[in-house]
Amino acid sequence: MAARVTEERQVPEASFGSYYGRPILKVTRWKEPHLPAYLFLGELSGGAAALGAAATATGRPVLARAGRLVAAAAAFAGAGFLTAELGRPERFVNMLRVAKPTSPMSVGSWTLAAHSGLVTAAAASSLTGVLPGLGTAAGAASAVTGPVLAAYPGVLLANTAVPAWHSAYRELPLLFTGGAMTAAAAAGLLAAAATGADPGPAARLAIAGAVTEGVAEVSMERWLGEAGEPYREGSAGQLLRAARVLTVAGGVCALAARRSRGAGVLGAALLAGGGLAAKFAVLRAGVASAKDPRYVIAQQRSASGTAGAAPART
Amino acid sequence: MGNRLSGPLADVSGEAGYREHPPRVGFFTDTSVCIGCKACEVACKEWNGVPDTHGDVLSLTGMSYDNTEELGANAWRHVAFIEQAKPVQAAPADGAGDGAAEATRWLMASDVCKHCTHAACLDVCPTGALVRTEFGSVVVQSDVCNGCAYCVSACPFGVIDRREDDGRAWKCTMCYDRLRGGLEPACAKACPTDSIQFGPLDELRAAAAARLAELHDAGEKGARLYGHDPEDGIGGAGAFFLLLDEPETYGLPPDPVVTTADLPSMWQWAGVAAAVLVAGVGAAFAGRSPAGLPWRRG
Repeated sequence: MAARVTEERQVPEASFGSYYGRPILKVTRWKEPHLPAYLFLGELSGGAAALGAAATATGRPVLARAGRLVAAAAAFAGAGFLTAELGRPERFVNMLRVAKPTSPMSVGSWTLAAHSGLVTAAAASSLTGVLPGLGTAAGAASAVTGPVLAAYPGVLLANTAVPAWHSAYRELPLLFTGGAMTAAAAAGLLAAAATGADPGPAARLAIAGAVTEGVAEVSMERWLGEAGEPYREGSAGQLLRAARVLTVAGGVCALAARRSRGAGVLGAALLAGGGLAAKFAVLRAGVASAKDPRYVIAQQRSASGTAGAAPART
Repeated sequence: MGNRLSGPLADVSGEAGYREHPPRVGFFTDTSVCIGCKACEVACKEWNGVPDTHGDVLSLTGMSYDNTEELGANAWRHVAFIEQAKPVQAAPADGAGDGAAEATRWLMASDVCKHCTHAACLDVCPTGALVRTEFGSVVVQSDVCNGCAYCVSACPFGVIDRREDDGRAWKCTMCYDRLRGGLEPACAKACPTDSIQFGPLDELRAAAAARLAELHDAGEKGARLYGHDPEDGIGGAGAFFLLLDEPETYGLPPDPVVTTADLPSMWQWAGVAAAVLVAGVGAAFAGRSPAGLPWRRG
C-alpha cells in the first residue's frame, strides 16, 4: 500500500544507493498522444453517454442527440487510439479472449465493447429515427457503462508499479470522471450554441466537473507527499497547472453561455483543452516517477519503515 | 480457493488450476560466488534465440564490465557489476596492522525474472498471454500477446519489456522447454561457480539459509537474502538471491509489493468516482429549463 505522508517525516532524510542511477522500473511503453487521447476520448464518451441519457429523460432533444452522437464518435475514436498503441494491433480482439477481474485492462476492454455497442445503437436510432424505444433503452444503459468507462482508467493506471500512478489510486478515477463531466459539458455547450438550445445543464455539468477535478488535484497535492512530486514538477506540473487554468476559465465561460453564444463555444474549447492537458500531465508524471529510482526506493523504504542504511535482513 | 491477490501461497500451480503438477522450481542466485563471466547471459541468448540487446551495435556503457545494462525484452539474464571503494577485511600477511584496509570490492550479480508468487505482470495481462506454468514459473505465450504493454508498467522489478520491432512482450521463461524435457535452465547449466542454482524452491530456500549462516559466521555481515520470504510483498519470488549489499545497490527495489494487492480498494474508489459522475450529471439536469435565451431573442 502506498505510504501517505500526513505529517513531518519521522525518519531523517536517507541517502539511497542505486545502480548507476538507472531506473528500477521500466518506463511505460504507453506514449503520447495515444494514451492521453484515449483517456480523454474514453471519459468524453462516458460523460456524453450519461449526458445524453439524462437529456433524453428530461426532454431535452438537442442535448440528447448531441450526447448520443458524441458518445459514439468518441468511443470509436478512443478504441482507435487504443488499438494503435498495441504492439500487435491486429491482435486487438485478443483483449476479449478472456475476462479477467485482476486486469483493469480486461475489465476496460469488455466495458468499452459493451459501451460502444450501446452508444452506437443509441446514436443510430437518433440519426435515423428507427426504433426510438430501443435507442432510448440503449442510451439509458450507456449511462451505466459510461461512468464505468470514464472511471476505470484510474484503476488501469493505478494498478501498476509506477509510483505516481499507484499512490494516486484514490484520486485518479475522480480526476477522470471529473474530466468526463467537463468534456461532456463541452460537447453540450457546443450543441447548445449551434442550435440555440438551453446550455444550462451543460454549464452546470461543467461546474460540477471542474469542482470534481479540483477536488482530485487538491487531494493529490495534499496527500501524496513525495510520490505526488512528479505532478508538481517539470512538464507534468506545467501541464497540470495549465489544465487547471483552462478548466476554471472554461467553467466561467460556461456560466456566461446563456448570455453569449461565443462564450459557450469558447468555454467548450477551454474545457476540452483543460481535460486533454490533464491527461498528458498524468502520463508525464508517471513517466517521471518511473524514471527516477528515488521515488521507488523512498516509497518502499517508508512503507516498510526501514531507512536507507537498513540492517541486514535474514 | 478464491482469488488471492497477496500473501503467502503454498501451492501456486495448484492455485492456477493444475490438479497434478511437479514441485515448484526456481533459481537461487548466490551472488557471493558470482565471478561475472556472463556465461548465463550467453547461454540464455543461445538457447532461447534472444536477439542482440542493442541491435548490431556494441555499446560500452562505462558501468564497470556491464554492457547489458538491464533486464529487458532482449536480456533475460543480466550480470550487474558494482565497484565499491570501502574498508574490507584483509588477511594480515605479516601479522602487522589490524587487517582493515581500503580496497575495491567488486560485486557481481546475475539478475533474472523473479517469477513472483503474486506476479503483477500475470495479474494485469488482459489477453491471458501471461500464464503460470505447472512448474510455478510465469511465461508469456508469444502467440497470444498483443503487445498492450500493461505488464511492462506493472512489474515492480522492471523485468518484462516489449520488443519494439516485434511488438510483443518478452522475458525469462525459466527455459520452459528445457524444464519440460527434464533439463535445468540454460543459465544454471552454464554457471561455472554454481552461483545460479536451480531446483525445487523448498530445497533452494534451505540451501540459501545455510549459505547465509555460513557467510555471517565468516564475518560477511552485509550478506542478506532477497526475495526468499513468502511473507514479502510479492508472496516470495521463484527466483531469489543472496546479496552482499542493499538491494538498490544492485538496481533491485528494496521492498516491492505486487500492485494488485490494492486492487479491491482501487475499484472501490473508482466506484465512488463513477457515482460522482452520475450524481453530477443528475444534478446538472435537475434544474428547470428557462423559456428562452437572451441571445436567441435578440
